Amino acid sequence: MARKRLDLTFPPRQSLKPIIYHLVRDYDLVPNILRAQIHPAQEGRMVLEVTGSKENYAAGVAFLEAQGLTVNEAASDIVLDEERCVDCGLCTAVCKPGALTLDPETQTLRFDKDKCVYCEACVIACPRRAITLTF
Amino acid sequence: MAKSWEEINARIASGEAVVFTAEEFATLAADEGVKAAARRVDVVTTGTFGPMCSTGVILNFGHSDPPIRMAEIWLNDVAAYGGLAAVDTYLGVTQPSSTRGIEYGGAHVIEDLLRGKAVRLRATSPGTDCYPRTEIDTWVTLDDLNQAYFFNPRNAYQNYAVAVNTTDSVLHTYLGTLLPRLGNATYCSAGVLSPLLNDPTYRTIGVGSRIFVAGAPGYVAWQGTQHNPHTDRDSHGVPVRPAGTLAVIADLKAASPEFYSAATFTGYGVSSFVGIGVPVPVLDEDIAATLALTDADLTATIYDYGVAGRSRPSLGTVTYAELRSGSIEVEGKKVPTGPISSLPRARRIATELKRWITEERFAIAEPVELLPQPGSQAQKPLEITTREAI
Ligand code: SF4
Ligand code: SF4
Repeated sequence: MARKRLDLTFPPRQSLKPIIYHLVRDYDLVPNILRAQIHPAQEGRMVLEVTGSKENYAAGVAFLEAQGLTVNEAASDIVLDEERCVDCGLCTAVCKPGALTLDPETQTLRFDKDKCVYCEACVIACPRRAITLTF
Repeated sequence: MAKSWEEINARIASGEAVVFTAEEFATLAADEGVKAAARRVDVVTTGTFGPMCSTGVILNFGHSDPPIRMAEIWLNDVAAYGGLAAVDTYLGVTQPSSTRGIEYGGAHVIEDLLRGKAVRLRATSPGTDCYPRTEIDTWVTLDDLNQAYFFNPRNAYQNYAVAVNTTDSVLHTYLGTLLPRLGNATYCSAGVLSPLLNDPTYRTIGVGSRIFVAGAPGYVAWQGTQHNPHTDRDSHGVPVRPAGTLAVIADLKAASPEFYSAATFTGYGVSSFVGIGVPVPVLDEDIAATLALTDADLTATIYDYGVAGRSRPSLGTVTYAELRSGSIEVEGKKVPTGPISSLPRARRIATELKRWITEERFAIAEPVELLPQPGSQAQKPLEITTREAI
C-alpha cells in the first residue's frame, strides 16, 4: 500500500470530476482532497492524498499526466521553524482543522501535521514568518 | 502589615526577599488567603510579550572623517529619522523597508543589531561648512555604536480589545487575520501576568520604576502615549478596556533577542514583540488583593473590527480564562479564540525578573512621579478641522 500526497496543476476548463472518478473506479485509489483551487477560466490546483497499491498508484499518476495535468509528487510541505516561533498563538486562530493548537498547560505551540490540509492560512498569519510552505 | 519600599529593598539587598511571579502569587493567595500571601511575599513579578508598535531606538553613529550632518538616513534600506543632531537618529519599528516593504522593517533592523549582525548605513546630506560630507555608505554593528537605547513611547498596554469580524470578508489587522462572520476572535494581553493589570491604579508603577525591557534593565520614563486611566473599571478597579500605558527606556546593548522579536502582520505592517516585566512590591493587603486576581477575574471587551470607524461597537465582555479556554460565545455563536501575546514568553520574563531580584539583587524603585491617576485625564480624539473653523 502507498499513501502519497500529490500536488496537481491542471489547465483551464479541465473538469476534475471524471478524473477523480477514474482514479477511484479504474485504479482503485482512495483520494482525500486536502485543498482545491478551481476556477473554470484559470489554471487550477489541487492537493490530494491518495491511498492504494503501488502499481495502481503508478498507473494512476500516468493517467493523470495523460490528461494534461502536471503532477508533482514531492508535494509541498508546511514547515514550522521552532527557532523563529515565539509561541504567540496567532496561527491557531486561523487553523480551522486544528493542526496548530496551544498546549492547554504550557500554552506553547503544537503542530499535528496529520490534521493539516495545506491551506496556508497560517503562513500568512504568522507575524514571525515561522511557518513556510516548501516545495 | 504595611511594608515600605526601603524595607523591601533591604531584604532584596540581603538576599532574603521572597519573590513570586504573579501567577504563583495568585495560586498562593487562593490557597492561603490574601492576608497570609501579603505577609509572606515581598515582591511580585509580572511579564508580557506582545506586539508593541510604538517602539524604537535612539542611535548615535559617531563621526566620520570628513564628518556628515545626516539628513536622510537608511539602515538596511529602512528610513530612520534625520531631524536630530548630525549623527543621532531615531529608528521606529513600524517603518517598512524601501526595497522589501513590510517583510523587513525597523523592527527587523533592531533584531539584526541584537543578533550581532552588521547593518548597512546609508545617509545623505546637503553638506555644510562644518559637515562637508554629502554621502556615506558603510556598515555598523551594535558594538560600533556609541549609544543605542530603546525609547518606546507606548508599551505594556493595560488590557486590550478582543477582536472579531462580523463582515463577509477576511480582515487583516494588527490583531491578526480575522475570519469572516465571527470565524475567530483574537486577544492580546498576558492577563494574570500583565504588568498594569496587577497594579490597576498605578500605585507602584510610575516614572522611575526599574523594570525589565527586552532582557535589559530599564526604566519607566513617562506615561505612555494614549495613557487613558479614565476608562470603565470593574469592582476591583481593573480596566475592562485598553487603559494605561508606559513609555520605557533601556539600553539596547544589554537587551536580548530572546525577549525582542520583529513581526510582520500581513496586510497591516511591521511591529515588534517586546518583553516587558515590572516588579510590584507587596506594600499592603490592598495591592495584594489585585495581585491575587486570576484570569477568571480579569475582563476584556469584544469589538467588531469589521467596523472601520473610530468607535467600534462593543459586542460584550469575556474573562481571560474564557479566552484561554479556546473558544468564547459572541452573539450566541461559539467562536474559536487565538492569543497574540505569548504566554510562555511572559512566564519566562516574570521568572527571569524574579531571578534578577533574588540572585542579582536587582533593587526596586519607588516612582519619582506617579502616572496620571484614574479620573484625571480622558483620551481625546483627533477632529478633522480647517483653519477657518479655528
Ligand atoms: S496550512 Fe496551516 S492553517 Fe492550514 S491546516 Fe495546515 S497548519 Fe492549519
Ligand atoms: S503565529 Fe508564528 S510565532 Fe506565533 S505561535 Fe504560530 S508559528 Fe509561532
